[in-house]
Amino acid sequence: MSQANVVAVNPAEHTERSSPFAIPTKKLAMWLFIVSDAATFAACLVAYGFLRNGTPNWPTPFKFSPTVLNAMAMTFVLITSGLTMFLGVRAAKSTDKKMALRWVYLTALLGAVFALLHLREWLGMIHAGVRLFQNPWGSGLFGAAFFSVTGLHLLHVVSGVVALVAVGSRYNRGRYNADDIEVLGLYWHFVDLVWMFVVPFVYLMNVAR
Amino acid sequence: MHDMSAHALQHHAPPPGFVRKHIFSLDHKVIGEQYYGLALLAVLIGMVLSWIMRLHLAWPDVHIPGLQLLSKNGAPGGVLTPEYYLQLMTMHGTIMVFFVLTTAPFAAFGNYFLPIQVGAEDMPFPRFNMMSFWVTFVSFCVAVAAFFVPDGPPLSGWTAYAPLSALGAIAGPGQGMGQVLWAVSIAIFCVGQLLGALNFITTTLDMRCKGMSLMRLPLTVWAWFITSCMGLTAFAVLLPACILLFLDHVAGTSFFIPGDLVVSDTLQPHAGGSTLLWQHLFWFFGHPEVYIAIVPGMGIVSHVLITNMRRPMLSHRVLIYSMGALAFLSYMVYGHHMFVSGMNPFSSLAFSFPTLAITIPSTIIVLIWIGSLYGSKLRINSPSLFALGFISLFVSGGVSGFFLAQPSIDIILHATYFVVGHFHLVMALAATFGIFAGTYFWFPKITGRMMNETLGKIHFWFTFVGAYCIFMPFHYLGMAGNVRRYQAFVDDFMQPFIPVHKFITVAALVTGGAQILFLYNLIYSRFRGQPASENPWQATSLEWTIPSPPPFNNFGDRIPVVYHDPYQYGVDGASDDYVMQDSPEQTQSVRDEK
Ligand code: HEM
Ligand SMILES: [Cu+2]
Repeated sequence: MSQANVVAVNPAEHTERSSPFAIPTKKLAMWLFIVSDAATFAACLVAYGFLRNGTPNWPTPFKFSPTVLNAMAMTFVLITSGLTMFLGVRAAKSTDKKMALRWVYLTALLGAVFALLHLREWLGMIHAGVRLFQNPWGSGLFGAAFFSVTGLHLLHVVSGVVALVAVGSRYNRGRYNADDIEVLGLYWHFVDLVWMFVVPFVYLMNVAR
Repeated sequence: MHDMSAHALQHHAPPPGFVRKHIFSLDHKVIGEQYYGLALLAVLIGMVLSWIMRLHLAWPDVHIPGLQLLSKNGAPGGVLTPEYYLQLMTMHGTIMVFFVLTTAPFAAFGNYFLPIQVGAEDMPFPRFNMMSFWVTFVSFCVAVAAFFVPDGPPLSGWTAYAPLSALGAIAGPGQGMGQVLWAVSIAIFCVGQLLGALNFITTTLDMRCKGMSLMRLPLTVWAWFITSCMGLTAFAVLLPACILLFLDHVAGTSFFIPGDLVVSDTLQPHAGGSTLLWQHLFWFFGHPEVYIAIVPGMGIVSHVLITNMRRPMLSHRVLIYSMGALAFLSYMVYGHHMFVSGMNPFSSLAFSFPTLAITIPSTIIVLIWIGSLYGSKLRINSPSLFALGFISLFVSGGVSGFFLAQPSIDIILHATYFVVGHFHLVMALAATFGIFAGTYFWFPKITGRMMNETLGKIHFWFTFVGAYCIFMPFHYLGMAGNVRRYQAFVDDFMQPFIPVHKFITVAALVTGGAQILFLYNLIYSRFRGQPASENPWQATSLEWTIPSPPPFNNFGDRIPVVYHDPYQYGVDGASDDYVMQDSPEQTQSVRDEK
């Protein structure tokens, strides 16, 4: 619940509350979620590093084409979506509802493109014989680590796309306001940021030498 | 916006209908009571399990009538099999740690009183709050369901060490379906606690009423707030750990299963994982978790003692900072559970140092309590007795921590009853005393009736003496080499321990039986107890400014305004010996720290 809405419910209330950090509750909640989600991702990445480090026959199968190229394309799409999200929030803040909506939906579209690129890559790897417990090149842990780390991230992207569409349409109907778009923006940028850890650790470190 | 409509509702009247009022309620007070009820149910199950284990340890052939109904294979003719002993032990630990020690002091009392004590009409996300309870409830059902699957519950202990926990049915009874249910249950539990922590933190930071600065928050609020901060990251790590464990069972991965493992003469198909990885992930959660269990108790005990000493603690701030330091350090010490796990011995050294460092804030907290008690005219009543008991148990159990923190000593003591004695005193029993203190203290507020004092005191003495009779001997047993997680002590060198175990079992039965006094008091007083006034303890914090039981939106149409520090007792120039937080009365207080 954002402060603005509290005012709508009970005008007396807002002035009675002392909020030294002046951070709206929804935004704070999103930050807290991000802290906790970051711990989850960190745990997964550390687990991956721990296993990789302790596995002598860890495979490094990725080639520049197609894997690294694809990862670059995905990164490009995701960064662009970060930019469109930023523009969406800015437009929403300056009460340009139409522009804001356009940017938000474009962000969702880019997120969907990212997810499709990712799924195509997954299918390619599955086709090449990578499973959760085995692969043609070395330790079976490779597939488990790859699919679980990227899968967790993909899950976040897909949920983000759903949330973008849902919040966007409610924003359109006036049930959500610019603050809600901003809060969602925080989430989207976080998902973006996590990808910047996934790329070097999961992709670049496993490029064939 | 759905949250808003819920919120708007909060301001006017309770929702109509039994289901919305008592079952899927958005009211933080009802949710707090639901958590308390869940903890009560869980603790009864956990206690019965401990009785069965204790009986079996003292008399390995004992026939426990009716037990075969629980599991035909696990207890043929009512006598526990070795495996079934371990399965009951796992459920005892899991139920107690997760569903009692985490839910009662934190989720139950926190939900009920945190919003009131900060002067809010509810938490900012009532729907999340409701989900938090129901998710926890589902998690509990999933955990208990393990009793009723063919092989029964898992036998790998509440710590679920790999590879035992990851291998599946081949590792023993309960390690198939039972362990899967365990992993699912704990993963769900994590989600519930994360939702709870989110609400607690936002309530504390954003929902405070006018004048309620951070330093004016009661110590209970600080304790719950600090606990939520730990929960927010600790459960976020246990969650993926449980999911990875789940994948090892159902998806054929081998995160926690090493290569070339032969079990029951068959080479396992899995390869290449790490058993230590589980321990790292688990204890990264596990050590903060033990502080999640105890810090709320510290808050409750301070709150109760201050009210009954009629003076504040020596230093409000240092107490808060020390609890914060505990939380911060609790992430850096987890490796002390792994000294003999086979991790690099240098890591042991690295974990030993912060473990010794964490005793400093603990000691400061205890010294503040003792120093404040010294020379005070403490009112002796059930809440204050249990608060004193908490301190006693926390100190007794903490002292053994100093020994365990030395890797060289821990090599001998690890996995013995010494450790079991340590954590039962310092965590299990101390936190339980915190729950009792909170119950006797806040019962009048929650129900509008007093609990029976005489029964409360008898209950205290039975429980206090019983606790020491049960858990002190554990330390001697451990030093003598009595290993933990054994179902019977049949080896020659363990024979002399048997009489001690018999004594412990009798003490456990008596102490457990004495809890009937508490249950009786709880139920009887709920309906027949002396009616309680608004403020029976002459306390100062906001929960005592509203009727008992509190109205639906806590403060009615009044919006509280706070003028004072939380604990204005024995103030000069006040009309009474205390000044309520929301009293506009001007006082010449030197204690207003602001
Ligand atoms: C004075 C500070 C403390 C120190 C130095 C300390 C040290 C230790 C050490 C080194 C161990 C590992 C022993 C082993 O497994 O061989 C241990 C176990 C344990 N401690 Fe503490 N501890 C302290 C306080 C606490 C507190 C406050 C709690 C709970 C509220 C607690 C709960 C536990 C539990 C539950 C275990 C055993 C877990 C298990 O293996 O099942 N300890 N402690
Ligand atoms: Cu520990």
